[in-house]
Amino acid sequence: MSKPSRHTGRRHPLMGVLLLVVGLFATGGAYAATSAGIAHAETTPLAAEALVNEGEKLFMANCASCHGMSGEGSEAGPSVIGVGALSVDFQVGTGRMPMAASGPQAAVKPVQFTQPQTDAMAAWVASLAPGPGLPDPQYYDAEGDVANGAELFRVNCAMCHNVAGAGGALTEGKYAPHLRDLQPIHVYAAMVTGPQNMPVFNDMNLSPEEKNDVISYLNYMDENPSVGGFSLGSLGPVSEGLFIWLIGLGGLIAVAIWLTARSN
Amino acid sequence: MAQRPPSSDLVTSEMPEENDPGTAVVTSNSVSNPGLEPEHQRVTDLDPREEKKAERRIALFFTLSIVGSLIAAVAYVVFPIIPGDMRSVRLNNMFVGLGLAVGLLGVGIGAVNWAKSLMHGHELVEERHPTRGDEETRKTAVEMFSQANKESGFTRRSLVRNTLVGALIATPIPAVVLFRDLAPAKDPIALMKQTMWAEGVRLAKDPSGVPIKASEVTIGSAFHVVPEGLMELEKHRLEEKAKAAVLLMRLPVDELNESAERASWSYQGIVAYSKICTHVGCPVALYEQQTHHLLCPCHQSEFDVANECEVIFGPAARPLPQLPITIDAEGYLVAQSDFTEPVGPSFWEREL
Repeated sequence: MSKPSRHTGRRHPLMGVLLLVVGLFATGGAYAATSAGIAHAETTPLAAEALVNEGEKLFMANCASCHGMSGEGSEAGPSVIGVGALSVDFQVGTGRMPMAASGPQAAVKPVQFTQPQTDAMAAWVASLAPGPGLPDPQYYDAEGDVANGAELFRVNCAMCHNVAGAGGALTEGKYAPHLRDLQPIHVYAAMVTGPQNMPVFNDMNLSPEEKNDVISYLNYMDENPSVGGFSLGSLGPVSEGLFIWLIGLGGLIAVAIWLTARSN
Repeated sequence: MAQRPPSSDLVTSEMPEENDPGTAVVTSNSVSNPGLEPEHQRVTDLDPREEKKAERRIALFFTLSIVGSLIAAVAYVVFPIIPGDMRSVRLNNMFVGLGLAVGLLGVGIGAVNWAKSLMHGHELVEERHPTRGDEETRKTAVEMFSQANKESGFTRRSLVRNTLVGALIATPIPAVVLFRDLAPAKDPIALMKQTMWAEGVRLAKDPSGVPIKASEVTIGSAFHVVPEGLMELEKHRLEEKAKAAVLLMRLPVDELNESAERASWSYQGIVAYSKICTHVGCPVALYEQQTHHLLCPCHQSEFDVANECEVIFGPAARPLPQLPITIDAEGYLVAQSDFTEPVGPSFWEREL
């Protein structure tokens, strides 16, 4: 099938004209892309450099007071050399950075920067030293094996983040945050970079496919409500015990009092 | 109390002049038995309109109950459980449950209301009947026993009687032997002192069972580890896992303080500690990679990984046992030996 068509195509009289047009568009397009700058960031080295410069400016204005003028860190904040673009995407993209106040742990708060600004800072931090970059989208599409993800979650994550992802307390004011309704890329980034006191789960420990399985499990729990009805925050015996001792037992006592009370 | 009525009998206690013979001081202000209170009149007893209202209220509860029961039946059909769809289970449970709750509570609350506000409200004292039977009943009982004895020959045929008593005594003997055999056949103390770890056993990932190379454990990593081959065990897999579970962490070498005799137990900042808490055996795995603290979720014991897992907070009495590790020729992490002390909580025969 393809053989004869290619044969005729190569000998078509208009083929030369077509090639000329394609060539002109390609050179013209490339020129337009370089002069357009940031708009076509990934396409040319010049645009990438502009992005890095933009990121450096943002870093100097917003981060350098703690992380140092060249990202070397200070007493107030750790070095960002070698943490990689993924770490910046997580810390800034979830609103953890810049921190509102120093404390045991950076809390999630409204995001301070737009995604292009975050990308620019990530590009600058990545230009300091090699570090983990953004993964291939197929590794956080939440289409993985939910059952395997649940097992990996129970072994590696549940002791801190609670088996239903409700989060939990750590030592001295630190805590493992809840894992409800997160962006998959942030879950992936947390596993790779080990933000704050979370351990690192590198690709040899949990492969990218396994990370996607964990993301799929979290996504499944977001989309499927608890079968048992009101889950009381999925905190287990603490909230369930409080409920049954106060509401359950209190209700029974109230009924007992009502049963023996005189009618008026 | 300085004085009490001479007896529990109501009649005598109503006479305060007659003092208890055991009381030396004569008191004259003892409390007299107040008797029953005047009968309490309810609004439904006094006002026929209230009575009618109560009647309607009770009927309303019973009607609600009928409605609830019907709702439960209808909800079961309207919200069917679709296999594989958890939402359908949730809806089905909620509406059937609500219907049943209204159905049962309606009957209960209605009935209690009826009894409390409409049924007669007289208070009465119910006398307890005497426990001692009358003379005739007592005589008949004795007669029945002696007649049974005469007819069966229970006292006369002593051979039959004694062998029966012997047989009854013997029946629990098999139970004693059977229940005794439920105890572990082997000495359990030895089992508590050894795990699957031995010289050259590779450290493998839980749950996949894939062995771990030292180069894969980057700084800040935490691996949940089982001995290689545990997943292939056909018997006692969970028992072995419960004893051999290990947490593998890599710290910057300069932050790790090791004593001289344990300096060879780690490999370039990679350390392996038992995951079983020395307090009551919960899995300790809440690892903070910056502070190098391990937290037990059950009773908040805190261990410092940088200082050989010494206890820095909480009820645990001993540090977590360390597994001595090294690498083999292919670069895989292996155990140098079993744990050098029993893992997990204390027990009577533990020597430390």
